[in-house]
Amino acid sequence: MSRISAAFADGPAFVPYLAAGDPDYESSLSYVEALERGGADVIELGLPFSEPIAEGSTIQGAIVRALEAGMTPTRYFEFVEDLDVDVPLVCMTYYNLIYQFGEGGGPEDFVRRAAAAGIDGFVVPDLPAEEAEPLREACDEHGCELVFIVAPTTKGERLERIMSQVSGYVYVQARLGTTGARTDLSGRAEESLERVAEWDVPKAVGFGISTGDHAQRVIEAGADGVIVGSALVDIVAQGVERGDPAVTVASRLEGKARELKEGALRGAAANERPHPERT
Amino acid sequence: MSSHTGKFGEYGGQYVPEALMPAIEELEDAYERYVLDNEDGFMDDFRERLADFGGRPTPLQKAHRLSERYDRDVYLKREDLLHGGAHKLNNALGQVLLAKYMGKDRIIAETGAGQHGTATAMACAHLGMPCEVYMGRRDINRQRPNVFRMRLNGAEVTPVTVGRGTLKEAISETMRDWATNVEDTHYVIGSVVGPHPFPAMVRDFQRVISEEAREQMIEKAGRLPDSVLTCAGGGSNTMGLFAEFVPDEEVDLYAVEAGGSSLEVDEAEGVAPNSATLSTGTEGVLHGSRTRVLQDRDGQIMESHSVSSGLDYAGVGPELANLVDRGRVTAVNVADDPALEGFHRLSQLEGIIPALESAHAVAYVEENHADLGEVILLNISGRGDKDLETVLEETHDRDVENAPEMETFAGTGGF
Ligand SMILES: Cc1ncc(COP(=O)(O)O)c(C=O)c1O
Repeated sequence: MSRISAAFADGPAFVPYLAAGDPDYESSLSYVEALERGGADVIELGLPFSEPIAEGSTIQGAIVRALEAGMTPTRYFEFVEDLDVDVPLVCMTYYNLIYQFGEGGGPEDFVRRAAAAGIDGFVVPDLPAEEAEPLREACDEHGCELVFIVAPTTKGERLERIMSQVSGYVYVQARLGTTGARTDLSGRAEESLERVAEWDVPKAVGFGISTGDHAQRVIEAGADGVIVGSALVDIVAQGVERGDPAVTVASRLEGKARELKEGALRGAAANERPHPERT
Repeated sequence: MSSHTGKFGEYGGQYVPEALMPAIEELEDAYERYVLDNEDGFMDDFRERLADFGGRPTPLQKAHRLSERYDRDVYLKREDLLHGGAHKLNNALGQVLLAKYMGKDRIIAETGAGQHGTATAMACAHLGMPCEVYMGRRDINRQRPNVFRMRLNGAEVTPVTVGRGTLKEAISETMRDWATNVEDTHYVIGSVVGPHPFPAMVRDFQRVISEEAREQMIEKAGRLPDSVLTCAGGGSNTMGLFAEFVPDEEVDLYAVEAGGSSLEVDEAEGVAPNSATLSTGTEGVLHGSRTRVLQDRDGQIMESHSVSSGLDYAGVGPELANLVDRGRVTAVNVADDPALEGFHRLSQLEGIIPALESAHAVAYVEENHADLGEVILLNISGRGDKDLETVLEETHDRDVENAPEMETFAGTGGF
């Protein structure tokens, strides 16, 4: 069993996202480590790209801060090596950075270096299944997983095409649009979850989840995991704005992570209880 | 994917978020049925509107004083006379009409110079579609008249403040809107860029330029030109002008890019002070397609620069990039200063105030006419009214040699 599969094996997985290097290298290391203490089962670690077309304003802000603080693909791999965490790491980035790395002209060099640094998988928002063959092959070769996103608009043949390529987990996009914390929860997650119900990979729901209650409801709706990015990045951004010390921000992140993880656990517990209508 | 793979050699493809893929497949299907197969008479409807609303065909004009100056025949294809003042309407009208045939009820677009936004706003008013245009903050400041024109036609103009606030950021932001509202919205992309089918489809809407120009050349000059030139930003007027000439091997094709202030790049700052993507860019993936882009060693996209906002873009159409790689099209570039001189030259010698974008091609002929053969076809992709404020300032700041006396403007608040 791969490390990512193992992370989903017992109970609901909490999968937080942060951009590596936001707002600076050292603080960012401590923030990612705080997520693990707060209960993260897998961490999606963003490698910032200058044109993040799938990102809303919150994560765009994180990417700008990280780039300005000097994050590059090379630094990113050092960052991964410097991280003191045991949970599996998924690299979230855009295809051009993967394509250009090393000799350039293909994903092989990037995947080899990432795997050596300790990355377990990839999710690439601008790489649909149609264009993913070279990356898929490099992942197979280096023992990494390739996570795909299923959107509310993904139907029919497209589902099959993605199913045949996905590994690690499937990222179920809870709503249309870009990333960003929301106060309400979209009903479309359930619809999308139904469409992938038969798939033999864990289903993790993301886009707009910001509270423990959201996390609970997503797990109750049948998800195996919850992905949370913007609600955590908001905490980093707020810390930057107020000039808070990194330890303060780290402990807020740990607290938020715990809230989300506990929400997910409540959802799982509710699923265990016999359903009133059905008894 | 359909039989039309959307690949031009290694370039092209569909590098977009999954949420957009179903819409892109739907668009591919609509492109094939309506544009390629003329289903429901779509193309007839399009051509009729281009004539009645747009004013096509645009003239091919012999430029007598330029011809005399260079001692060879220079012909101008007058896309500046198309409704709206640039070639952009060919594409905007085609796509808005297509969206209507597809049953979409909202239009979004990005714009750099504001020409594509203006054309889209006009087409939307003409066809009764709501329209929202994303435009970089910096471009809004550079192109105020066009912003007002869009507003007059009923479009919303939304400023984009991330990054340097130019075309690149505007495209990213429009893609985000599309990913949010994809079910009822069509994204009218402004050039031959983006994921398949946009590069092929936009070329086919712009192809009318060369369909007319090739015939008009034969009519007026009795022969094909030796060389065909135009400016290239994303490359839509470029592909439109070249499309019908590509099979004519004896005709040389020149894509004139913006050389900006220098071809050197500043890696530390992530800035290329030019937009010479075809001349200096390297293969990469940007805004949905694999093509040549201005990027640093890591693959981060650089901020580009040009005195003309319509050329100020770090990418270029994949088909054009492939034609350059294959040697069929020659990529050249012209810096800001000579482009400004070209602007003044065409204004003075021919009574045509060109867009700053088009002025780059005008300037290339000045320096290189000796290598361009006996008969030159030069596309004037747009008129310069939108650029008057910029030219007023830049002419003053730079001491452009052939500019008119600027004393009259001193103290008028222009600069
Ligand atoms: C007059 C004019 N010419 C050329 C361009 C460059 O676009 P393209 O390279 O797609 O023709 C623009 C873009 O705004 C323009 O307004």
